[in-house]
Amino acid sequence: MFELLGIPPQAFFGQLLLGLINGAFYALLSLGLAVIFGLLNVINFTHGAQYMMGAFGAWMLLNWLGIPFWVSLAAVPILVGASGIVLERLLLRHLYHLDHLYGLLLTFGLALIIEGLYRQQFGSSGQPFVNPIPGGTNLGFMFLPHYRAFIIVFSLVVCLGTWYMIERTKLGSYLRAATERPDLVQAFGVNVPRMITLTYGFGVGLAALAGVLAAPAYQVSPQMGSNLIIVVFAVVVIGGMGSIMGSIITGFGLGVIEGLTKVFYPEASNTVIFVIMVIVLMLKPAGLFGKQK
Amino acid sequence: MNTPASGSSAAAAVHATAKAGPSGRWLFVAFVAFMVAAPLLGAYPVFLMKVLCFALFACAFNLLIGYVGLLSFGHAMFFGFAAYVSAHSVKEWGFTPELGILTGAATAAVMGLVAGSLAIRRQGIYFAMVTLALAQMVFFFCLQAPFTGGEDGIQAVPRRALFGIIDTKNDWAMYYLVLAIFLAGYVIIHRTIHSPFGQVLKAIRENEPRAISLGYQVDRYKLTAFVLSATLAGVAGATKALVFQLASLTDVAWQMSGEVVLMTLVGGMGTVFGPVVGAAVIISMQNYLSGLGQWVLIVQGMIFVVVVMLFRRGIVGEIAARLRRGA
Repeated sequence: MFELLGIPPQAFFGQLLLGLINGAFYALLSLGLAVIFGLLNVINFTHGAQYMMGAFGAWMLLNWLGIPFWVSLAAVPILVGASGIVLERLLLRHLYHLDHLYGLLLTFGLALIIEGLYRQQFGSSGQPFVNPIPGGTNLGFMFLPHYRAFIIVFSLVVCLGTWYMIERTKLGSYLRAATERPDLVQAFGVNVPRMITLTYGFGVGLAALAGVLAAPAYQVSPQMGSNLIIVVFAVVVIGGMGSIMGSIITGFGLGVIEGLTKVFYPEASNTVIFVIMVIVLMLKPAGLFGKQK
Repeated sequence: MNTPASGSSAAAAVHATAKAGPSGRWLFVAFVAFMVAAPLLGAYPVFLMKVLCFALFACAFNLLIGYVGLLSFGHAMFFGFAAYVSAHSVKEWGFTPELGILTGAATAAVMGLVAGSLAIRRQGIYFAMVTLALAQMVFFFCLQAPFTGGEDGIQAVPRRALFGIIDTKNDWAMYYLVLAIFLAGYVIIHRTIHSPFGQVLKAIRENEPRAISLGYQVDRYKLTAFVLSATLAGVAGATKALVFQLASLTDVAWQMSGEVVLMTLVGGMGTVFGPVVGAAVIISMQNYLSGLGQWVLIVQGMIFVVVVMLFRRGIVGEIAARLRRGA
């Protein structure tokens, strides 16, 4: 088959793997966006910057304090998530009674500030990050670097764990109830404002986790988030933010499609997700998993 | 959405102040008088031309957010792509400036029709994300297409004679051309807002379901407004390319879409004159901070935060509100 298409299997599976990795990041980020949007009705434009903070967090802990990657993987999402909680308490909270657009504008401004500060500090060029699991396995048809396999497995576990928590646990049922009718849930004695704060922190933590995972795979640079977040917005438009599983499937699926486009028609690899968005908008305006309001 | 009206009320809070009134009219007359007399006042023409181009861009953007309640986060695609088209047509095909600008504007209108008919399929926050994604697609197209010159852009666009007779190599001659274009665009927007068509747009902004129930084909109105806004944004971009003799990726990147949002927000969404003030403020600030590296980005972000948290009416909206309270 590969000989027929004139594509070496190495290249094919290599790009498929890269596509899955990109898809893992799309899934983690769009999942966080969906969770935040569900409860806060805010599109978190800062998401990309918080992903970048995750990557830089791991880089700074490693290079300045010598703290290993595996500790960062747990600690950095908590730290960045805590910074998100501060933002929510200080700023976002005061905009909930206004039009959703103000939340978007505020978080866009915050993203500019964060990216600007990191650029001021670190410059625009990327910082290398030591691979925590060097080496790989030759599978015969392709070479599988261990760390890349780890990204895919780990992010799948996190995504499915999040899905399970939201869709199958009691805590998740509170969350889903508050998404539908915050006033009623509040009346039952649940502290909804605190829940909103923690949810924002959790979504931001997911973004930071994706950032930590991305640090060894890509270069760590201040603009890594802003480039990614626009693609993730397109992913969110394609999937619709109504469903957690929908976000995960759309994220991985689009990553794979993008990877395969790199094999068959490289010129379009940057734009293929946007093209798919256009097609979805024409055929199913509410998104693949969305509900038309 | 708790109340039917809250859907597109971003500018509704501002809207009560939007009536220009006699003070607003005098402000505008004073502005025009100043701009016409600018050469005598020792002003710097290139700076003024930049402000005028961005003011028109912001006014075009404001037509959507301020009067239809649609937040486009991708207006750079019209501004930047029209800049490329006019630069290319003037440089490679030998078009005169007026033809170059018209070609750019026509391209932006077609793009507006396509992008608009896709984006209005989704409401609110999704509309913003769709426009942003479409603009990013245009950005990548410009990055790869051969005629745009990639990272270099289209440089050294000649300033040809207007209508084949008026020399635009002189900065002040060019300045009056830009001023005329700006005023024409401004008048078109002003007329649109105060026409029956504009009233329907405002009705859609305030309460879309009710506008639908009254029998208005809301999507058609939205699309018309979108195309008009895109076209004028294209005029602004095409003019800017001829002024600076340059069309580059900066004009079409997402940061540019953010900047025009910022200008409009600072000046006052839903005020006719606000975007002009906002453009002047932001361009002045960029000039002032241009030597300080990333601080432009940081300060812009801080202005976003401060305006959204404290001055949602913007400069002109805030002044108008004070005046009304005083009166």
